[in-house]
Formats: sequence, structure tokens, C-alpha cells
Amino acid sequence: MTEPLLKIRGLKLEGRSDETWNPIINGVDLTLARGEVLGLIGESGAGKSTLGLAAMGFTRDGVRISEGSVVFDGIDLLKASAAVKRGLLGKRIAYVAQSAAASFNPAHRIIDQHVEGPVQHGVMSRAESEADCVALYEKLRLPDPENIGFRYPHQVSGGQLQRAMTAMAMACRPDLIIFDEPTTALDVTTQIEVLASIRDIVKDFNTAAIYITHDLAVVAQMADRIKVLLKGDEVETADTRTMLSAPTQEYTKSLWAVRSFERPLKAPVVAGSVPVVSVQNVDASYGIVPVLHGVSFDMHAGRTVAVVGESGSGKSTVARCITGLLPPKAGQICFDGEVMPADYRKRSKDQLRQVQMIYQKADTALNPRMSVGDIIARPVQFYLGLTGKEKRARVDSLLEQIELEPSEYYSRLPSELSGGQKQRIGIARALAAEPKFIICDEVTSALDQLVAEGILRLLANLQDNLGLSYMFITHDLATVRAIADEVVVMKNGRVVEAGPKAEMFRPPHHPYTDLLLSSVPEMDPDWLTNLLQERGVDNIGDAAVGKM
Amino acid sequence: MGNVLTIVLQRLAFGLITLLIVSMVIFIAVNLLPGDFAELILGQGATPEAVASIRHDLGLDQSLVTRYFGWLGGMLTGNLGTSFAQLNFQTNLGGGGGVTVAEQIAPRFANTMFLASVTAMIAVPIAVTLGILAALYRNTVFDRATNILTLSSISSPEFFMAYILILFLSVLNPILPSLSNIYDGMAFGERLEKTLLPALTLTLVVTAHMMRMTRAAIINLLASPYIEMARLKGMSPMRVIVKHALPNALAPIINVIALNLAYLVTGVVVVEVVFVYPGIGQLFVDSVKIRDIPVVQACCLIFAAAYILLNLTADILSTLSNPRLRHPK
Repeated sequence: MTEPLLKIRGLKLEGRSDETWNPIINGVDLTLARGEVLGLIGESGAGKSTLGLAAMGFTRDGVRISEGSVVFDGIDLLKASAAVKRGLLGKRIAYVAQSAAASFNPAHRIIDQHVEGPVQHGVMSRAESEADCVALYEKLRLPDPENIGFRYPHQVSGGQLQRAMTAMAMACRPDLIIFDEPTTALDVTTQIEVLASIRDIVKDFNTAAIYITHDLAVVAQMADRIKVLLKGDEVETADTRTMLSAPTQEYTKSLWAVRSFERPLKAPVVAGSVPVVSVQNVDASYGIVPVLHGVSFDMHAGRTVAVVGESGSGKSTVARCITGLLPPKAGQICFDGEVMPADYRKRSKDQLRQVQMIYQKADTALNPRMSVGDIIARPVQFYLGLTGKEKRARVDSLLEQIELEPSEYYSRLPSELSGGQKQRIGIARALAAEPKFIICDEVTSALDQLVAEGILRLLANLQDNLGLSYMFITHDLATVRAIADEVVVMKNGRVVEAGPKAEMFRPPHHPYTDLLLSSVPEMDPDWLTNLLQERGVDNIGDAAVGKM
Repeated sequence: MGNVLTIVLQRLAFGLITLLIVSMVIFIAVNLLPGDFAELILGQGATPEAVASIRHDLGLDQSLVTRYFGWLGGMLTGNLGTSFAQLNFQTNLGGGGGVTVAEQIAPRFANTMFLASVTAMIAVPIAVTLGILAALYRNTVFDRATNILTLSSISSPEFFMAYILILFLSVLNPILPSLSNIYDGMAFGERLEKTLLPALTLTLVVTAHMMRMTRAAIINLLASPYIEMARLKGMSPMRVIVKHALPNALAPIINVIALNLAYLVTGVVVVEVVFVYPGIGQLFVDSVKIRDIPVVQACCLIFAAAYILLNLTADILSTLSNPRLRHPK
């Protein structure tokens, strides 16, 4: 057997918090052959990215390698000098980051950043590299490959930037590329073309890759082998097909099981009943840019309406109209059959109380200087006028409702909570007002699948117990499947399709719904291949643009 | 580019409005100064009649508002007025006219600008280079030494730094002249030589701010994903900082540079006194002493204009350093 391209043995990494060093990776082995794609999966905090960077002999500030070896093509990266490592990085080992928008330097044109590697490493002249860049862009099916590189990063869309970054990683034709969640920040429809592009180019150049992701369905499409990580330990490694069909470890099975959560179907809405919230012919715009065009749909008591669509489709804008943060240009919002004032400043306290909101990023939605108790107590006092012991008792019971022990969490600061716990506090804060209607804006998209499932179950229980209505904004159709009663599909500020969930998931669909549905990755490793064949490979670019 | 032009014009308009408001503040503040020129010049012989007569001659008996608009009108037409002190002197000798404020200020202002420019030429490159190097070798001996040196020089009084430099550069090692009495028609080389010592003193005073801001602005960016990307592309540390971090750190650096340049134009009286440098700062202090109001007002307005203009330039430059504004979608 030939020598593997990358051999990691007994690698241990530690991270500094305050003054102590805590283990992040506890002795992981990894072997990668030339041209092989290894999927690295696990929840956040599992150490995937840290391990991916360590495979390049690189650690972030506050992280150190304490033991083990990383041997790339016979060179021990942990013992090599900084200059030797610089000679390898970018030239023979390249990196593709999660957010291309953040990882391209905003001050330079894309092509200047592309050619920097080849020119500085002395692989190609600038002219050669520019020509090669255009060829790569063409191969990755970027629109207008001749000129797109001459734009600045902010002038190019996220999916295009992600492909430009893959091209940049390919610039020196490296032997190994580390992909660190390259499609996590993208819409499902955009994700497909990026996945297809990455898969093709890796195969064409016979590049080995480590593909890091928390999305099992994605890794199933990309990897030859999968390695599962949990809290810095390897759980198991196996061929993709074996791993999907017969995982041996409990943890792996639990990861696979997440997708099975689904609420029982509810009886259809009684005809003629008054909806809790009714959005009627709403037009809205930011400044002079129109965003919504005649949006109408109803939401009934005790039910969940999922609003789905790509980013920019106007989902969150509808929420802003309902809450009164963005008064509509035309149309109206009715609550329990009565028209609500368009501007939240003109609404009564009771009207404000009835509509609450839970945000996507609990991190930024909670005041970092306020304790959990104070965060929840504020709406309790503001809307219900409770003070003293009554207020405390109410906060405690809310904490119990979100399944957090009051005595333990009451005085904690948001920084002392995990992502899922923060989101629970966001839910408790919304519940504190005792509303009838809650808008959930992508509440699970920043969370790992297991944690997200916990949040979805909690929301479902609360709905059953309290009779709440949810408007659930999401771009994740698995979440829709799990929790929705009705579905509203939006595109370019219009409702393209609306109806009960069962109907939405049964053909025939509106073509856009069809595109959305078929773009959700499935666990089947042949899914992407089959889908591309179905759509016709040449057609990918069109699918992205969403031409119907 | 239309976008950028709008921003620039907007800032210019704001600058002019600020200047107008400042002119009012200056006018009121100067008139609040206790004592007046007439009483001061007449000394013992200040009979009410004599005082009233001089005040009438100088227009000091008119209302504040009338005088303000008269002054403002003069400013707009380029007439800064006539110096009280020089006027009196001239009339007493029987000469006509008198020295206008503009004539009095112009050479002094030119000298101040010369000193400020020489200092800026030395200080800005040194500060930015030191800042870049300190960021590159952060937390090393070099970084600490640079910080200690620049901070101690900014913490010491200006006159102290001036005398230290005189001691070492013109007394113990007579390299540079300790007196900077430059005059009209002096050759450029000699003028430069005489200006060097005050310029070095001022360099020591202003370098610390600019250097530390450069260092901080760069280090602030080192955790950004695009810096990590540059490092993962195998770029050298120097290239990472100069090519990838610096262009994104320009805005705060430009602002601190502008603030320090404004200080060089307006706040260098002490250094001028130590080196007997005929700059505008000394003229300003002398005019306050004898209540020569037109000169004081004109100096104040020039200081304010310099401040506003430099900050405006900084504002526009740092706006332009943002590629999102230079290249809209």
C-alpha cells in the first residue's frame, strides 16, 4: 500500500479559557489517501474545525497542540518551521471557509486575492494565474467568468463567492483541501450548485479533501468515508454507505434519528372560524425598494404556519409588518378579526402583548449584561404589572416551562449558557407576555440538529398546553415537515403557494415549491447524482437563479 | 461614483455650517474677555471721554450683533480687519492706513504651516511604520520598547522634551541650532535646518497616538476570517499585515493622524516659545495679552477652520477607504 497523503496520529489539542487549558481534541487518528474525500461530522463544539485546521498544522489563537503528529506527504507539520509550513499552505494544502463573505478581504478585488497564492508561491505568473482563474470560474459555472473576478466581494452573491473561494483554493492545484462547512450559510437551492461544483472539481483534479459539516445529508453526497466526532473524540469511521445504512454506535444512530421527529397532523381548520392573525394584501418596502407585493394568508388558533422561502424572499419582512416594526404601504394586519394599527407605536399595550417574537440569533437577542431572571422579568412586569414575589414566582414557573431549573439558571448571564439554552430563554421571554401568537424567526437554524430538535419539541409542547399560534419562518424544509400545520411558500415578496402541510408535500406543486422540496439534501448518497441527472447537469445554473 | 460625490458635498456643507457656528462662539467668547483695548492702551490717563472716543474710533460702541455681521461680512470678502495695536501705533507716528490683520497673520501662519508640514513628514511615516512593526512583533521586546518610548515621550511636558533635545543635539553635540528664528527670504535649506529641532520635539509629542492607533487598528483585525484566510494561503506575516489588514484599518488611523495634524497647527505655543519660532501661536498669545481683538478673532477662526478642514479631509478619506462606497453594487 502506498503512503497516505495525510496521517494524523494521537492528536490532542487544548483550548485556553481564563487561565486553564482544557482539552478540545483527545487523541484522534486520521488517515487520508490521495484523492479521497473524508467527511467529518459532529455537533458544534465537537472540535471539527479545530481538527480541520490542525490538519494544516494551524491553530487559532488560544488553541495549542499538546500531543500527536500531523504528517503531510512525509513532512511532519508540527515539527516543520514556519517558513516550510508557509510554503505548503495555499500551495499544496488549501482551505475553504464557512463564510466566503467574511473570508474574502473586502478591500481587494476577488481576482487579486485569487492570484495572490500562485504568484507569491511562484507557481504561475500573474497573467497565467488570471487566465487559469477564468477557466476555473467557468468550470465552477460562475456567471460571466471573464469579468466576475474583477468585482469586489460585496458585489457578488454568497453562493457565487463560495464557488470563487473554492476556485481560489484550487489556484495552485493543491493535493489537499479542507472544506469547513462551505454550504452552511447558503439557501438550499444555492447549496445544490455549490455542492455539485465542489464535488466535480475535487474529482476532476483528483484532490483529496476533508469535508467538515454538521449536515449528514450533505456529507452523504460529498464523502467517500465519514468520521463522526463527539466532544473531541472519534465515535466511529466507516465508508459512507456503511455508515448510513448500518451505524454501529448509539450516538451515530441518534444523529440519524433526528430527522424522524414529526408532529401528528391536526384536523383541518373549521371553515368560517376567525383567524388569530390575518395578513391581508400587504405591500411593504424598504425606502423605495418594494419588498412585499399583495401578501395574504391567515393563521389560526393553536396551529403552526411555516413561512418558507430563500433569503430575500420577504419572510422576515412579513414578520416586521405583523409586529408593526415596518408599517405596510398597503393592506392591513388583523388580530382576532380586528384591524391592528400599522405602526407598533399606535398599538395598545394589550395588542403589543399578544404578538411576541423569538429571534434567530439568541446570542444577539439577549442583553449580555442582564441575568436570565431580569431578562424574563422585564416583560412580566411591563405587560402584567407583577412585582416582588409574584414576579419572581412567575419567572420561576416560566423557567420550569422551558425545562431549565430556576434555582440554577435564575442569576446566570447569557454568556454562561449554551446556544440551545439561550434560545430557550428567548422562548421564555416571549411566553412571559402571555401572548396568543408568537413569530419564530429561524429559531433553530443556528443550532445543531439534536439541540434544534429539543427546541422544536418544546415549542410543540407549549403549543399543546397553551394553545399558542406560531408563525414559523424557516428555510429548512425538514423543520417544516416536523412542526408545521400549514405552509406558505414565498418568493420575491409574493406568496407562490399556501395550504395544509400534507398537500404541500404531495405533488403536484408549484414549480418553485418543487425546486425547494427537491433541493433539500437527502441521506441517500446517490441523491445529488440522481437529482442532477433529473434536472440535467447543464441546467444547474438555471436552477440556482430560480427560473421557473 | 455619484454616491461618493454626494457624501463629499454633504460633508463640505456640514463643515461650513460648523464653521459659521464656531465663528459666533468665537465672537461672543472674545467679547466676554474682561477689560478692553481702550482702557488698556490709555493706562493711567483713561478718562471716560478718552475711552469713549477710542471706542468710537474702533467701532467698539456699536452693538454686538452689528459688529458680528460687520466682521463676518469682512471675513467673507477676505478682509480680516485692521489690528488695533498696529493701527494705534501707526496713527501716533503720523503714518496712514495701518497694518491689516491679514498682513500680520500671513507670514506667521506660513511659518506655522511650514513647521507642521515638516513635523508631519517626519512623524506620520515613523508612527505608521512603528505601528505596523509593533503589530507584527506584538508582545515582543520590540513592541514593549516602542510602546514605552512613545508613551513616555507623550507623557512628558513639551518644553521638557524640547530642552532635552536642545541639550543633546545642540549643546553636547552641536548638530542643530537651538534657536529657530527664521525670517522672510531665508533659503529653504537653512530654514529647514532651523526648523528641525522644534519639528523633532513635536514629532516626539504626536507619534505615540498615531503609532498606537495603527497598532490597535491592525491587531483588532487579526482575528477576522479574511486574515486567517491569508495566513492559510501561506502568506508571510508582513504581507498579511500590510496587504490584508492595513487597507481595512485605514479609517481609524486616518482620523487620529488628522487630529494630530490639527494639534500641530493650533496647539504648539510652548514649543514656539522655547525655540523662539515665529509661528501663529505666539502672535495669538501676544494679541490676547493686549486685547487686540481683530487678531485674536482671526487666529481663532483660522484654528477652527484648520481643525474642521482636517477632520473633514479625514472623514472623506476614511469614507473613501471603504470599498463598498467606492464600488457600489
